[in-house]
Amino acid sequence: MHFAFTSEQDALRTEARRWLEERYPAERVAELADSEAGWDPASWAELAELGWLGVSVPEDEGGAGLGFLEEAVLLEELGRALYPGPYFSTVGLALPALGPDERAEVAAGRVRWSAEIDGLVPDLALVDRVVTGEGATAAEGETLPTMDSTRRLGRLAAGAREPLAGGIDRPRLRAALAAEAVGIAQRALDWGVEHAKERQQFGKSIGVYQAVSHSLVDAFMATELARSLAYWAAWCVAEGDGQAATAAAAAKAYAAEAAVSACERSIQVHGGIGFTWAHPLHRYYKRAQWIQAFDGFPAGQRAEIASALVEGK
Amino acid sequence: MQLRDSPEEAAFREEVQAWLADNLADDLRGRRGGAARFEEWGRDWSRRLGEAGYAALTWPKEYGGGGAPYSHQAILLEELARAQAPGHINVIGLGMAGPTIIVHGREEQKARYLPKILSAEEIWCQGFSEPGAGSDLASVRTRAELRDGRYVVNGQKVWSSYAHLADRCLLLTVTEPEAPRYQGLTYFLVDMHSPGVEVRPLTQITGEAEFNEIFFADVEVPVENVIAEPGQGWQVAMTTLMHERAALGFALSGAFEVAVGKLLELARARPLDDRLRDRIARSWIELQALKWTNYRALTRLMETGAPGPEASVPKLHWSEANQRLGKLALELLGPEAQVMDGDGYWQWLQLRSRGNTIEAGTSEILRNIVAERVLGLPKGR
Repeated sequence: MHFAFTSEQDALRTEARRWLEERYPAERVAELADSEAGWDPASWAELAELGWLGVSVPEDEGGAGLGFLEEAVLLEELGRALYPGPYFSTVGLALPALGPDERAEVAAGRVRWSAEIDGLVPDLALVDRVVTGEGATAAEGETLPTMDSTRRLGRLAAGAREPLAGGIDRPRLRAALAAEAVGIAQRALDWGVEHAKERQQFGKSIGVYQAVSHSLVDAFMATELARSLAYWAAWCVAEGDGQAATAAAAAKAYAAEAAVSACERSIQVHGGIGFTWAHPLHRYYKRAQWIQAFDGFPAGQRAEIASALVEGK
Repeated sequence: MQLRDSPEEAAFREEVQAWLADNLADDLRGRRGGAARFEEWGRDWSRRLGEAGYAALTWPKEYGGGGAPYSHQAILLEELARAQAPGHINVIGLGMAGPTIIVHGREEQKARYLPKILSAEEIWCQGFSEPGAGSDLASVRTRAELRDGRYVVNGQKVWSSYAHLADRCLLLTVTEPEAPRYQGLTYFLVDMHSPGVEVRPLTQITGEAEFNEIFFADVEVPVENVIAEPGQGWQVAMTTLMHERAALGFALSGAFEVAVGKLLELARARPLDDRLRDRIARSWIELQALKWTNYRALTRLMETGAPGPEASVPKLHWSEANQRLGKLALELLGPEAQVMDGDGYWQWLQLRSRGNTIEAGTSEILRNIVAERVLGLPKGR
């Protein structure tokens, strides 16, 4: 039993965090989120160059030949930075449905993908192709006005479907969202703690008051518990473990709620400034809620788990 | 990352399971520390654990321990809990007194006390809390005065588990009441059979008596029973409390796993609405979160030798999750919730769980500790 990342995986995290902090500080994310395009298309070639697009793509298809654990590390860091771009859509959502040639194009950064879940396609306007239940199709349709402007949703227009090598891997997409949610929760918590240390009222940092500090401790606990579940689910998915479906359902449900709650607690601790458009927190809050809703709210995952536990199905 | 037992861990787990199958009588399973005649069967069970080398698995070999890695301790605690084995009667000796003596004791103290902790010949209790000093432990008032070359102790301790059975006590006293806070305390190893020591059991809301009041009236304690130096009691007490919390994790998740398993048995036997199903799934998720956080903390401890931030989570999380579980189980029983079948497991668990957020550090104090030491927020006091 060894529940920690390898030193190579830790190095990947450090590299990702450094790159994202440099290229995607909160001000830049804000600017992109409020722009019409919603992202910087030039970033895609950079992600390909970094090797992040082909992390789990086999080496003979131009990838790094690593696995889902490395992708989970990146998804968590991309979530923490709130990177606006179709990484989750392409790598977290669509990749398992693709064949070798399509994977090679993804790794090279030539083609971006998304997938249709419950009639909704994340990043529809940012990608080229879409995985659907009936096969692949061109990314044509309408982008909808959405609460989270860093990951907009679209609806596909009717179009021809072409056969695909595989389909949607639900445990994998849920584990991907759980990893992202952990990154979101941690960033919201960090801002809350920072503010509670700096903000002075009645001549003291507000962090001395237990009504404030205990709320942040609750966010910390939920984030750590979510992290344990998210990493467990990522390992199960990477290993093809028999518990992958339940683990991923548990991780998605718990981590999404932890992220929403961490954002809400952080907004409350910030007071009025936390409620403004100017502070980055609202975008994290909206992404947390995006994750919570996508592929169904946590109560739905818990209903699946209850069926597995009680009726064995 | 490898979330399965290594071959060597799997072998140890099998060894423990086989030993339990041979040594843990069916009628001992599920017995509780507050149950009748615990002293009789508890000592016998504890002696067996000691003879098998399981009592002090991670203590250094030079002090009679197993010198095993923490991962073995985790497996042992998990398997003991899964088999519903009773607790070790000398849990305070093994988990708190021993480690404290190993860290702070003199050689003659180690030689005098450690072997009898291992053999369960001497049972220990802890004399820390007082009626006026609970969470604010540094304000203890039990007084030890040096008179004619020996200390004389007067005062009262409370919430002292196993004191009614104990031969020895880890006693925190004040020796210099005028000294600055944290500096006037002295820590003693006290013979509970000394004249002037009186123990009165306290009956809990479960009707069982696990803990006690201890009264000290002019109790004479030799100077060689001071551990570390006079005035260093606070530092020694912190060592004791650190070990109390560190040892807990896997015993908690193991016991919680058993309880969630029983909850599922209950759930399968009756109609459930969606609301109950949701809460059942939540309890199961809380169990997984607890278990995997324990493993994350364990890996960090083994790799770095020091607990990481995640180590502060399990006790806080478990205590609250266990309270939710108890309430859920009673709700599953419906109108029958008041009726205590057999040993009244669920009614006992639900009532006992109220102590979980109080014992071994109240949840409020643990949240203060996390706020200050993990999140780096300013001290409120």
